[in-house]
Amino acid sequence: MRFKHLFVTTAAVLAAGAANAQMSDGVIKIGVMNDQSGLYADVSGPGGTWAAKKAVEDYGAAAKGMKVEVVFADHQNKPDIGSNVVRQWLDVDKVDVVVDVPTSSVALAVNQIVKEKNKVFLVSGAATADLTGPACTPNTVHWTYDTWALANGTGKAIVQTGGKSWFFLTADYAFGHALERDTKAVVEANGGKVVGAVRHPFPGTDFSSFLLQAQGSKAQIIALANAGGDTINSIKQAAEFGIVEGGQKLAGMLMFDTDIHALGLKTAQGLNFTTAWYWDANDNNRAFAKDFSAANGGKYPTMVHAGIYSSVIHYLKAVEALKSDADGAKVVAKMKEMPSEDKLFGKGSVRVDGRHIHDMYLVEVKKPGDSKKPWDYMTVKKTIPAAEAFRPLAEGKCPLVKS
Amino acid sequence: MMKAGTTKNRDLQIFAGLMALALIAPLAIYPVFLMKVLCFALFALAFNLLIGYVGLLSFGHAMFFGGAAYISGHVVKVWGWSPEMGIIAGTACAALLGLAAGSLAIRRQGIYFAMVTLALAQMVFFFCLQAPFTKGEDGIQAIPRRPVLGLFDLSDDRAFYYLVLGIFAFGFLVIWRTIHSPFGQVLKAIRENEPRAISLGYRVDQYKLLAFVLSAALTGMAGATKALVFQLASLTDVAWQMSGEVVLMTLVGGMGTVFGPIIGAGVIITMQNYLAGFGEWVLVIQGAIFVVVVMAFRKGIVGEIQAWWQRRSRNQA
Repeated sequence: MRFKHLFVTTAAVLAAGAANAQMSDGVIKIGVMNDQSGLYADVSGPGGTWAAKKAVEDYGAAAKGMKVEVVFADHQNKPDIGSNVVRQWLDVDKVDVVVDVPTSSVALAVNQIVKEKNKVFLVSGAATADLTGPACTPNTVHWTYDTWALANGTGKAIVQTGGKSWFFLTADYAFGHALERDTKAVVEANGGKVVGAVRHPFPGTDFSSFLLQAQGSKAQIIALANAGGDTINSIKQAAEFGIVEGGQKLAGMLMFDTDIHALGLKTAQGLNFTTAWYWDANDNNRAFAKDFSAANGGKYPTMVHAGIYSSVIHYLKAVEALKSDADGAKVVAKMKEMPSEDKLFGKGSVRVDGRHIHDMYLVEVKKPGDSKKPWDYMTVKKTIPAAEAFRPLAEGKCPLVKS
Repeated sequence: MMKAGTTKNRDLQIFAGLMALALIAPLAIYPVFLMKVLCFALFALAFNLLIGYVGLLSFGHAMFFGGAAYISGHVVKVWGWSPEMGIIAGTACAALLGLAAGSLAIRRQGIYFAMVTLALAQMVFFFCLQAPFTKGEDGIQAIPRRPVLGLFDLSDDRAFYYLVLGIFAFGFLVIWRTIHSPFGQVLKAIRENEPRAISLGYRVDQYKLLAFVLSAALTGMAGATKALVFQLASLTDVAWQMSGEVVLMTLVGGMGTVFGPIIGAGVIITMQNYLAGFGEWVLVIQGAIFVVVVMAFRKGIVGEIQAWWQRRSRNQA
């Protein structure tokens, strides 16, 4: 009896081993790293791990004989913790692909390590367009959005509707700097003027002195080049100073559904921003949102969650086509070669610099009276077609792009 | 009582044993983790020189650790210096910073000394936050690992490990020699009874300052090495929490013992590494352990073992 049991187990292990002979160590290991407890936890956080697992499940990896494992870690928005974890993941824990990594400073550090170890990095949460610009690598795909796309969508729309003078309230790290730089370029190209900027510590709690400077600048638009908890706090505190009543307008350059939820429609109504994905845009998205909310305590998914899902699906496709996950650069090359398609992002492609190309949307936050159901917060004002949504290849200064 | 000579020999024997273990350790344990432990062990040893042998509680050692990390990161990445020059530059800058901070701080004692060092460290922190060359929140990233002395390739973690082990051994022996020199005896005399040391004719301030500079320089050496190991120098290295962490390591291991800081660093780093899944709760767990150590074994892990050993040999005698 015991022998028979042993025999069956051994046979099963051997069979599984044969099916996965090409995978490094037999398992495709996905490491989701993000902020699990801090100011970006709602933007991706534990929901990001769920989205990666959901992608593996929907892809039917098990049925195809691919053994996929998802692990996660908290980088606490610190580059040193993030790079420690990733080093250990790649060296010891045999992780094959690092996913998400919001907080651009951490993402840039991870970007280097993943390249050095020749694995794969699928960015969803981080924003800096440098990941497909000067810092691009053959191992990184930047999926969901970037600072250039946000600036291009929101910045242009606001200048064109009369917001000519701008003041920036910027988170003082890689992401804020990149977002300010890209938005400034768009504003100036469209005939607007930047009258000043102030940088706040990251993560910040007290924005009062910065907001007073912004108020004193008399700029029509106060652009918030920050994200997550920082954006929420700066908008709330701006309301306390009566900045909007005073005639100045706030522009959240990077906003998520979860930010609107935290602010409430009364405070957030009328804000315009750019997003890569909205849960209430079509039936597929709504179905995903329903599953997400059931598994995540009633929260709804942001574009970052959708991006994690979509990028993991495309990664698994490339690995299946190659029948190997061992060489990270090869997998990414395959991802660039194959068109991408999934139920959340539809059809798209990955450019040579690692940028995933898809439509972006300019949305407006609804008035409290117009919201009919939970998390019904936005109306899509305009679709920015994929061809115009992202920085032209030649302007990125990515070494992989040959001029 | 044991004779001083045998204690010295016993210490060196233990150290030789530890080094032998360390030589084969990378076969079983992840080398990057070991390098981190070694860097922090050296940091704690340098800190212990000050608190354990001079009785000065510095609460600002992060400024030397992080400052040197930034300097070595910058000269290696931007100026293209070799790693050994980077480490020397970091150490030298930390020593200079130590001279400046020390000559101000040693004029006060006890809590005032701690507060002066903390204040100076915070000034260095805000300087690092704002100075353009440190890259603020991003830190200096992707510091290259060039061949050391132009010969040995450091891109391999194991090769780098042996370099770090060498640096650690050097630092340990410097500290060990200091403690057992006449200079070290004077330091201990100052710790035990400063007015008496003064009345015996020692220029106490100069002794303290020299010890402070030495501690700062070795701390800088640890910080500079850490920056090259992780290819990153960030605000974490220079933040006040880092100063607290080294106090914790020294107290857990055993203040004023030769090996205590090494054990303390090992325990704390291992905890941080393997409890990382708990996120910020690690701090709470660390705090709880700190309370337990202070309540239950005052002398720290190594201190308690030593006390037990002495009791036992006395009973046998």
